[in-house]
Amino acid sequence: MNLNFATLTDLQKALRNRDVSATELTQHYLTRIDALDPALNSFISIQAETALDGARRADERLARGDARPLTGIPIAQKDIFCLQGQRTTAGSKMLGNFIAPYTATCSEKLADAGAITLGKTNMDEFAMGSSNENSYFGAVHNPWDPKLIPGGSSGGSAAAVAAGLCAASTGTDTGGSIRQPAAMCGLTGLKPTYGRISRWGMIAFASSLDQAGPMTRTAHDAAILLEHMAGHDPRDSTSLNEPVPSFSEGIGKDIRGLRIGVCREFFTEGLDPAVERSIREALAVYESLGATLVDISLPHTPYSVSAYYVIAPAECSANLARLDGIRYGHRCLDPENLQDLYQRSRGEGFGEEVKKRILVGTFALSAGYFDAFYNRAQKIRRLIKEDFVKAFEQVDVIAGPTAPTPAFPLGEKASNPVEMYLQDIFTISASLAGVPAMSIPVEFANGLPVGLQLIGNYLQEGSLLQAAHQFQQETHWHTLTPPEAL
Amino acid sequence: MNDLVNEKTLVELSTLAALPFEPEKSKATLDALNEVLALVGQMQSLDISDVAPLAHPLERHQTLRADAVTETIDASALSQNAPLYEAGLYFVPKVIE
Repeated sequence: MNLNFATLTDLQKALRNRDVSATELTQHYLTRIDALDPALNSFISIQAETALDGARRADERLARGDARPLTGIPIAQKDIFCLQGQRTTAGSKMLGNFIAPYTATCSEKLADAGAITLGKTNMDEFAMGSSNENSYFGAVHNPWDPKLIPGGSSGGSAAAVAAGLCAASTGTDTGGSIRQPAAMCGLTGLKPTYGRISRWGMIAFASSLDQAGPMTRTAHDAAILLEHMAGHDPRDSTSLNEPVPSFSEGIGKDIRGLRIGVCREFFTEGLDPAVERSIREALAVYESLGATLVDISLPHTPYSVSAYYVIAPAECSANLARLDGIRYGHRCLDPENLQDLYQRSRGEGFGEEVKKRILVGTFALSAGYFDAFYNRAQKIRRLIKEDFVKAFEQVDVIAGPTAPTPAFPLGEKASNPVEMYLQDIFTISASLAGVPAMSIPVEFANGLPVGLQLIGNYLQEGSLLQAAHQFQQETHWHTLTPPEAL
Repeated sequence: MNDLVNEKTLVELSTLAALPFEPEKSKATLDALNEVLALVGQMQSLDISDVAPLAHPLERHQTLRADAVTETIDASALSQNAPLYEAGLYFVPKVIE
């Protein structure tokens, strides 16, 4: 078995059969990180010692025969999840030296299931970006071509899995930050229903949109990881108190009769024709599997980017107000007074994109503009949600492209923020509605990965994973790996 | 649409957001903000007078819990992140002369 690109299911089997030990597996990935990550920059920190300690305990468990579902599986975590006693930066200079005093619920659940954390992955600062060029710790490079961006904001998590530096990773998605990098790196990435996974210990960007989720090689792996991340958490007041089904058990059923909505607003003029060809090809595969394609409309989709760029900055301006250089975070040198301390610490600690979004959010919430901006955006959010509610009366799943283009060169869109924001034009509406959505690899375009986005009804992650898994039983795109010599 | 933010509003916004106003960057910042606000302005064309705002995507109320201590975190774990902390106190510049 090629350990570099093995799936979670392969690794579970290999560990149980003692074909490989957790220590060997962990050391294997650590060695690869040492060798390959200097060219990718997908990790902000590596926890080699903690990981190897965890691996030794996993081997003891395996020897005793009481392994948990993920015992000995090395994963990476986006550096937005607090891990007690470890540096957690959110990709920002502001939190460059922040040591988390507690552990995020979903990270704790993964650890309880036996997963080993190798390190924390690079990301756009406070998850604000679609290319991973906004990190204080430098841009991440796409393993398929290091001249290209890996997508963002969970770009490090995507690049690390795609390059075979870990078995799977965690990401977060506010407007597309799991799905878009998954698409650009040839991975399976899932944003669950809003509230499915606890946000406790996950550094907040926009609290009514943020969701954690798995980034994996296969839909089966995503199902396994999701089962161990999801669940009610009394510490997060927006966490859903709903049972978590065994997602991995239900995915084997065929999809004959599945009604797939093809949303006409997702096939707009900004869509790269090569990406459109790949998506149409994937839809034909679904038809061959017995699914029915239904033409549908989500008429308010064109307004989703506008509404999002009011709601998300407004929430970020409130969430990031806590970073004031007093209790934690960067503090400027020799402040003249309290106001100078706040302003200079924040001015030095935040990058340009973060400062811009704070200002946009402050504007949208300020007296005289609240109704015309924030309130209006919240109304449009309802119309977008109602579009989905109506669509799911006719169809089981909605399909379309994840992103309008494959990965683009580093620096290409850095000076054109609106073009960068339009990267998320197909992913934002599901975030605003709070419905689950995922991206899976389909036919490549010009040698680069392309993602098909599947959107499901509330709490129907199981249907999405089943549709994704059945597609992966018929196609090989998810098994392709980047050139070894990076 | 005319530019919504000018230099005067930028100074006010910077104060509200506790960010420094940097005159040398003000043109670039104004251009960037007005570009985003022009994009956002596309939503002004919809008639939404009868629509109620949506705050929670699943329209659920946030759950409340008893106002009781459920866990405590060791103060030293928190204070180690403070830039200036002594004898149980967070230090800031003098506020009252």
